[in-house]
Amino acid sequence: MAVLPADWPGGFWVHWGVFVVIIFVFVLAMVMGFIWFERRALGIMQARLGPNRAGPFGLLQPVADVIKLLTKEDIVPAKGDKWVHWLAPVVAVAPMLMIFAVVPFQGGASMADLNIGILYIVAVSSISVLGVFMAGWASNNKYSLLGAMRMVASVVSYEIPVVLSIIGVVLLAGSLSMQQIVMAQDIPFILLQPLGFLLFFIGACAEINRAPFDLLEADSEIVAGFNTEYSGMKWGLLFLAEYGEALAISAIVTTLFLSGWRGPVLPPWLWFLIKVGAVFFVIVWIRATVPRVRIDQLMALAWKFLFPLALLNLLITAVEILVFPAVSLWVLVPINIAIMIVLVILWSRLFKLGWGRVEV
Amino acid sequence: MKFERFGIGIAKGLSVTLRHLLRIPVTTQYPEQRLTTSRRIRGNELIWDKEKCTGCATCAKSCPQGTIQIVTSVSAEENKYKVEKFEVDTGYCIFCGLCVEACPYEALFMGYAYERAKYRRSELVLAKEGLLASAERKPSGYFRPKIEASLPPQTLLLDGDRGKR
Amino acid sequence: MVIKTEPFVVNFGPAHPSTHGVFRMRMTLDGEVIVDMEPVFGYLHRGIEKLAEERTYTGCIPLTDRLDYTASMTNNFAYVLAVERLAGITVPERAEYIRVIMAELQRIASHLIAVGTFLNDCGAFMTPVLYMLREREKILDLFDMVSGQRLTYNYMRVGGVSQDIPEEFIPALKKFVKEMPGWIDEYDRLLKENEILLARTKGVGILPKELAINISASGPVLRASGVKRDIRRADPYSIYDRFEFDIPTGTAGDCYDRYRVRIEEMRQSVRILKQAMEQLPKGKVRSDVPHLTHPPVGEAYGHIEAPRGELGFYLVSDNSIAPYRFHVRAPTLINLTALRDMMVGWKVADAIIIFGSIDICVAEVDR
Repeated sequence: MAVLPADWPGGFWVHWGVFVVIIFVFVLAMVMGFIWFERRALGIMQARLGPNRAGPFGLLQPVADVIKLLTKEDIVPAKGDKWVHWLAPVVAVAPMLMIFAVVPFQGGASMADLNIGILYIVAVSSISVLGVFMAGWASNNKYSLLGAMRMVASVVSYEIPVVLSIIGVVLLAGSLSMQQIVMAQDIPFILLQPLGFLLFFIGACAEINRAPFDLLEADSEIVAGFNTEYSGMKWGLLFLAEYGEALAISAIVTTLFLSGWRGPVLPPWLWFLIKVGAVFFVIVWIRATVPRVRIDQLMALAWKFLFPLALLNLLITAVEILVFPAVSLWVLVPINIAIMIVLVILWSRLFKLGWGRVEV
Repeated sequence: MKFERFGIGIAKGLSVTLRHLLRIPVTTQYPEQRLTTSRRIRGNELIWDKEKCTGCATCAKSCPQGTIQIVTSVSAEENKYKVEKFEVDTGYCIFCGLCVEACPYEALFMGYAYERAKYRRSELVLAKEGLLASAERKPSGYFRPKIEASLPPQTLLLDGDRGKR
Repeated sequence: MVIKTEPFVVNFGPAHPSTHGVFRMRMTLDGEVIVDMEPVFGYLHRGIEKLAEERTYTGCIPLTDRLDYTASMTNNFAYVLAVERLAGITVPERAEYIRVIMAELQRIASHLIAVGTFLNDCGAFMTPVLYMLREREKILDLFDMVSGQRLTYNYMRVGGVSQDIPEEFIPALKKFVKEMPGWIDEYDRLLKENEILLARTKGVGILPKELAINISASGPVLRASGVKRDIRRADPYSIYDRFEFDIPTGTAGDCYDRYRVRIEEMRQSVRILKQAMEQLPKGKVRSDVPHLTHPPVGEAYGHIEAPRGELGFYLVSDNSIAPYRFHVRAPTLINLTALRDMMVGWKVADAIIIFGSIDICVAEVDR
């Protein structure tokens, strides 16, 4: 179990303690930064300013939000299941924090360099869906339960294209360990696996319920979805879980496709932060522009569009690696981009998104 | 319902939103920045010119709500009406300006200021002395061309962005 | 073993998040599919028709402002047209041109809100709303310059308009007319070809042509179903026969067509504005009408093409200073009688989009 680099002073538990602190600070600080960044960026893209009164440039706005949430009254529905209601935010947040244990912040600096890193991430990130479902169940509210069930259905459906596109990356890198994947990216995998990147990005946005797939917490439904009956810090925890998952997805995309912490001039952890910020900016940018899909269109997109493309992507990557092992990787870049364009156009023509009017 | 344009429509929309990052937002930072209102603004109050008013009550007759109350008595030595009571309930008024249009002697004006909120509803009922013009109660140019010519021009959003980052 | 299911009744209550006013829809749902729908309204009834019987003809004009508050100028226009037909009053030329300019500007402003909130209901998170409200802000500045208010203008009078336009109005309007087509192109680039929008609105909520004619729908709802009828061409009022403009129509009668018809109408309004500005003559803006109008005994119906449809005022006079009967033909009330047929068979998420696309204003429905 080679989890501890040789030059760490103090032994295993000191290393563990330091990294726990680093991960907590990183996640909380970055989530608050992301909240601020999203509100400002959304504002300027909509021709207005975001928050700019709480502190210079509104930087203390997330702090103000946290203080407000802490001082709110905690409401538990009378007929709901009290223990499940209390446990649900915990179950939603804890796995999200566990993801960061294997994300490499710098060369060799991650809490545990598991040699099954990416498999661990996929396994752990599926647990937080359970928290959301518990939240919907414990609210004793028909519409929350409906929203939570939809969320479970959508997350389970989108796991498959996500995992299949990860396998493409793993084939190219030759290992499941996150550190090895970063080291194998002399060319960033976004160029070598453009179709995989696209599928992973769309699938990940659907898993974390961000626009354009945020039909479960948007106000075009009858009520606000599974977090209707939550107030105060419990709602804050669910909110933290959502932004934390966005952060986790950005970090995973950076590691898998954008060559992690590698970069020419700046220190590696700065490159990591810059890339994570760039991926999050793209997520916010899409939220500002694109309308929402309907639930049956969401499922159709997963099963009929992304899943076959993911299988084809895997097939083509495997063929390229097995049949042309000696070809330089730079040759494969334009070939893969061309294949992606052809496949996307071809599939769009053949694809029918959802069904229409039902005869009553 | 097919995917008609293979993602090009979404890409075009994204380019529009991105371009807005480079534009200055149109938000005005009130109360540090205040824009000049229209010269004909029908602001929050009514202003009465005691000298010109003759007590004919044309304004009261033309008010759709019946907001203006005028009580006059005959003053025999000056041979004109003496206005005993001229009261306007600005809480009930809809600021339509019909009274200002109706006055034949140009003795009534709409207000120019718009930040004239009060703390109590009883303070909204303005009687004779409360209706006179003063430094805070400036008359607006609605239906009064001479006053309109003396007021500053309006800031228009068409003239450029009026916000600051 | 057969699982027995039964439809359940859900209430899109008077206060709902994607709201266009206080409007209640009682839906019977079978899973997600809408089986039956019943609109319940009347939450905003203020008795305007009765209040008008106690006010003079000029004093009713502020009341008409408050009917469809996003399009006050056209409300005023329809009413004063009805009074002028009742009393036989002619309007000076300059006043006619000013009225047309105001009506077309108002049409653009009202359609901006309609399209913006419709796209917001589809899910684009407030971005189209804010862009379109920025353009509406420019129009409201122009109206503020002319009448002193931003929402309830009280600008048109029996026999003309209230005051002449100030001299900075025409240069500002020229600037607006020059840059508005560019902004409409930007809205198109933002969302016209967006695949998700197409998937959500094309083919959804179809209003067939025969049904639209049978329920006497009007406005963009009727024109999107393929019927080319516009009051400005069918029964020209004021001086609309002097302008050239097209009437955009749709083919399918779905939500997407209603959205496109409104955008194209904005472009045509800009065209009319350009022509009206060039032809604007000098002269009086108000003919000499006594302050208390005494129309002769009779009745008149004055109707115009308001942004939401055919807005009509039916007035009955008994030679006194107040109307004897004042009835409003509200276009949105008549358009929404088709709502049930448009919504049945679709899902709950589509119900909001269909409701947003017929663009009601509850103040007009309830009066």
